[in-house]
Parts: sequence; C-alpha cells; structure tokens
Amino acid sequence: MGGTVSIGQGKRRALFGRARIATLVLAAVLLASFALSFLLGPSPLSAAALFDGLFSGDGMAGVIAREIRLPRAGLALVVGAALGASGAALQGLFRNPLAEPGVTGVTSSAGLGAVLALYFGFAALSPFLLPAFAIGGALLSAGILYLLSRTGAGVRTMVLAGVALASFATALTALALSFARNPYAMSEMVRWMMGSLQDRTLEDLYFAAPLTAAGIVLLLTASRGLDALTLGDEAAQSLGVNVASVRGRIVVGVALATGAATAVAGAVSFVGLMVPHVLRPFYGYEPSRLILPSALGGAALVTTADIAVRLIAPDGQLLLGVVTAILGAPFFLVLILRLRRDA
Amino acid sequence: MSAALAFDGVCAAYGARPVLRAVSTAFARGAVTGIVGPNGAGKTTLLRVALGLMPMTAGALRILDRPLAQWSREGLARAIAYLPQGSDAHWPVLARQLVSLGRLPHRAAFAPLSVEDGQAVDAALIRCDALQFAQRRMDELSAGERARVLFARALATAAPILLADEPAAYLDPAHQLRLMDLLREEAARGTAVAVTLHDLALASRSCDEIVVLHEGRVAAGGAPGAALSDTALAEVFGIVAQRTADGAVVPSRRL
Repeated sequence: MGGTVSIGQGKRRALFGRARIATLVLAAVLLASFALSFLLGPSPLSAAALFDGLFSGDGMAGVIAREIRLPRAGLALVVGAALGASGAALQGLFRNPLAEPGVTGVTSSAGLGAVLALYFGFAALSPFLLPAFAIGGALLSAGILYLLSRTGAGVRTMVLAGVALASFATALTALALSFARNPYAMSEMVRWMMGSLQDRTLEDLYFAAPLTAAGIVLLLTASRGLDALTLGDEAAQSLGVNVASVRGRIVVGVALATGAATAVAGAVSFVGLMVPHVLRPFYGYEPSRLILPSALGGAALVTTADIAVRLIAPDGQLLLGVVTAILGAPFFLVLILRLRRDA
Repeated sequence: MSAALAFDGVCAAYGARPVLRAVSTAFARGAVTGIVGPNGAGKTTLLRVALGLMPMTAGALRILDRPLAQWSREGLARAIAYLPQGSDAHWPVLARQLVSLGRLPHRAAFAPLSVEDGQAVDAALIRCDALQFAQRRMDELSAGERARVLFARALATAAPILLADEPAAYLDPAHQLRLMDLLREEAARGTAVAVTLHDLALASRSCDEIVVLHEGRVAAGGAPGAALSDTALAEVFGIVAQRTADGAVVPSRRL
C-alpha cells in the first residue's frame, strides 16, 4: 500500500513541477515583453538613455521614459493581469470555460461607463469618477449575469445573454458618443470598442494598478470557495463555505479589475478566455490554482500583443483589441465546438 | 447514549407548502439509519434542515446535544459531512484534489493541506478503494468510480455525522452493495450515518433503523422489519412486499 501512495505522490509532484516550470516561463516572457515594450517607440533613443531617463527623469529621455513608455508598458501589464484573473474567476464562478469579461459583456458595460464619465463631464469633476463609472458599468452586467445564473440558466443561455449585454452596451456607447458632439466621435468610438493603450498617461497607471490589485486580492480571498463550488452549491455550503459571500466577492473583484482596466484601455476581449484555457494543462482544473497564473499569463499576453500592434502598424492605426480578437475569436469557436462534441 | 441528531417536532416549508410536519426522530451514533418514503415525502428536506441549508418553521433540532442555532457555519461543517443527491464534479479536477475538498472545514484560510489532512484524504481514498485512481481526472473515471471518489470526499471530513442523499441512485447492483458496506463500516467506527434510499430491499437489508416518511410525517420507525410492516407498506407506498429469509423486504406488486 505504501508503494501505491508514493506513486500517487510522485505523479502529483510531476504536476507541481510542470506548474513551476510554466510559472517560470510566464515570468520570463512577461519580463522580456515588458522590457521590449518599454524600449519600443517612434523616438530613436538607446536603451541606456531610456533607463537613465527613467531613473533620473532628466531631459527628453526622462520625459519619454516616464510619461510615455512606462505608462504604456505598465498599463499593458495591469490590463492583462486584470483580464486574465477575471477570466479565470468568472470561469470558476459559472463553472463554464466560456465565461470571460469580454464575452459576457462586462468589458463593454465598463466601456459604456467610462464613455459616460468622460464625455458628459463627470471625469472632469473628479479623476476618481472615470474608474468609478467603469466599475459601476462592469458591476451592473456582472450582476445581471450572476442573477441569471442563480435562476438556473445553462451554458448556452449565459453566453447568449452575454452577447446581448455586450451588443446593448456597445450600442449605448455609440449613442452616448454621438450625443457628446465630439468631432472625433467616430475614432473615439472605435477606440473604446476595440481597446487601445495609445496615449495613456502615468495618472492612468496610478489609478488602474491599485484598483486592479485590489480586485485580484478580492478574487483570491474567494478562490478556495470556488474550489468547493466544484462540488455544487449545497455541498460547498455543507463544507462551511459561505457561497453567497464567495459569489459576491467574485462579482465585485471582477468589476474592480475589469472596470479599472477598461477605463484606461477600452474593451479588450478574449484575454480572459484564452489564458486560463491555455494554462489548465499546467496548473490543473482547480479554480484557486488558476487565478494568479492567469494574471501573469494575461499580463504577458497583452504586453506581447501591444508590442505586435506597434510593430505591425507603427502609425498607431492598429488597435490592441483587434489583435486579441483575431487570436481569441477562433479560439472561442473551437471551444464551443469542443463543448458541443463533449456534451 | 443520546442520539447524534435529534429532531423534535420539526416543521419546514417551501413557501406556503409544508414539507415537514412535526417530524420527531433521531439518528443514533454507530448505526445506519435509512430514510425511506415515496417521492415528495420530505426525505431530502429532513437532511437539508439538519445542515442548516433550509430553515425550520417550528420544532427543535439538536446536533451532538447542542441546538442547531448554537452551531457556527464552520463547526457544523466539521460535525456533519453531507453527500447531496446527484453529486458530481463540475470541473475535471484530479480525484485526490476533489477528496481534499472534504478537508476544507479543518483548514484555516490560505493554509495548505497539513500532514494530517493528507492522511485523512489517503485514508478516505483507501476505504473507498479509490487510491489507485487518485491522480486521475474525474472525467476519466467511470460512474461507479466517480461515486466512490465523491463518497471519499465526504469521508475525508471525518465528521461524527454522515448524511447521504440517494447515494445508491444511478449505481449498478454491485456498486450499490459496495456503497452500503462502506456506510456500515463508517457506522462501525461510531459515526451516525443517515441515508435516504428508494430501494426498500437495500434499505431493509443494510440499515439498523428505518424512518418511513409520508407526506412530511413519520409514518413508521424502528428496526427494518417493524418499520416496513405490511400496514406501512400498504398505506405509505401502496404496495405489497415479500420478505426473504434474512428479513429483506422485496416489493412484489402494487395495491
């Protein structure tokens, strides 16, 4: 019998070994892409000059390093972490690999909130109102989906409801922009709907980073409850898990992280769908094991995608969300077909 | 010795519809109590009330000699292990990870599995003869193997009370008998085991005590032979049964 136990634990160690290697690879990719993102830009400055400018803040290099490159690279990391962790948490909450902030309409609703705050003067009243409106929008749609799931809606209903929410929020965003009488309404609309990290400031990073961190911490406090939900609601409750509190923390944590990310980057889709799915073979299916690696993986993916955006179209005509959607939409389709086959 | 779980005049309702009407019964330590009754008799509700998943509208419920209201959520989770009806895993986690969830009531927030937790998980897997597929994913197991893993999850909590709702449904006869043996072994360790069953033959053969529920009331109770009397079978189930030499009740025809 002792032999059987040790074989079992050996295999378990193998899984942990795989997880550790995956974490190292993700961290290395993130570090490399973050550095590359920081070094990439239209002005021909050497790496040495940029790093010098970053730490001293002097001269042209200092302005470019601190005001342009750092916010962009930092925000790519924050936005990716927010979307990756939110995707993993939503999939755990809905027990459905198709759940994701973009597909469920949470990012579109957050974008609507941000547009309302920006173009109707609320954001000018206080800098906190922009993320507050975006988080409010995210909370609204995440709440609606959550209530739907409480009524026993199945996978198909949830996905379709998410599509409806996303379309509705997108239409309202377009309506709000046309009422705002902004001469750049058309290009702004596209930017909010597809997402972009162009022309962001250090202030954006200052509010997005702590809100995202707070959201992810909230998700982590609920992650063990998500594991218990693998057994169903009643079994989880019988294990001492406060299921209502777990759900509430996931919905609020996702709204905080996704709302803050969308307030600075617009609606970037499919990151939260792809990342947890790709990472499952390495970390296993337990939701609690996936949240932090998905934050790491999301950060690496968005930072890399934002580099691709600038390499493919240095004139800034390609948007971040276009790249994530080109990667993610076929992924989504394959997942649906596979679930259909398994069902 | 007093009962591990004692119901005294317990009433419960779904909205305006009463489901339990003044139920008084008890589950003894070291015994398997079978709860039988037609569909809608209130079997599942009886278990849900004991777990605090559903409020009582009247009556008193004592768990390990303390009223239900005095139990904390975590304390109750350590006192009662529950296997809900139609249990299954919603994600294809490894069998051992699933069984480890049974240790949640014993773990502090963010604390990893302790050595003691690991031993309890292994012990539960061994008792359910499931250790050999502990590292397999739940979706790679057969229905019978999954049922054993899910049962091991309930055992891993090492609670003094075990409540199982229709654990024998969807299992083939060999797995049903194996499951009842596991319940008997658990009772032999001193656990108060209560199980809802539809199969009267299985119940009468494997349980020490039977509680017959009918329309939210206790229609009969006691040792299997006495509880499942011809009168009770006729009035509650509307059937006639044959009795085998070892005392099992085998339904033979509808009245």
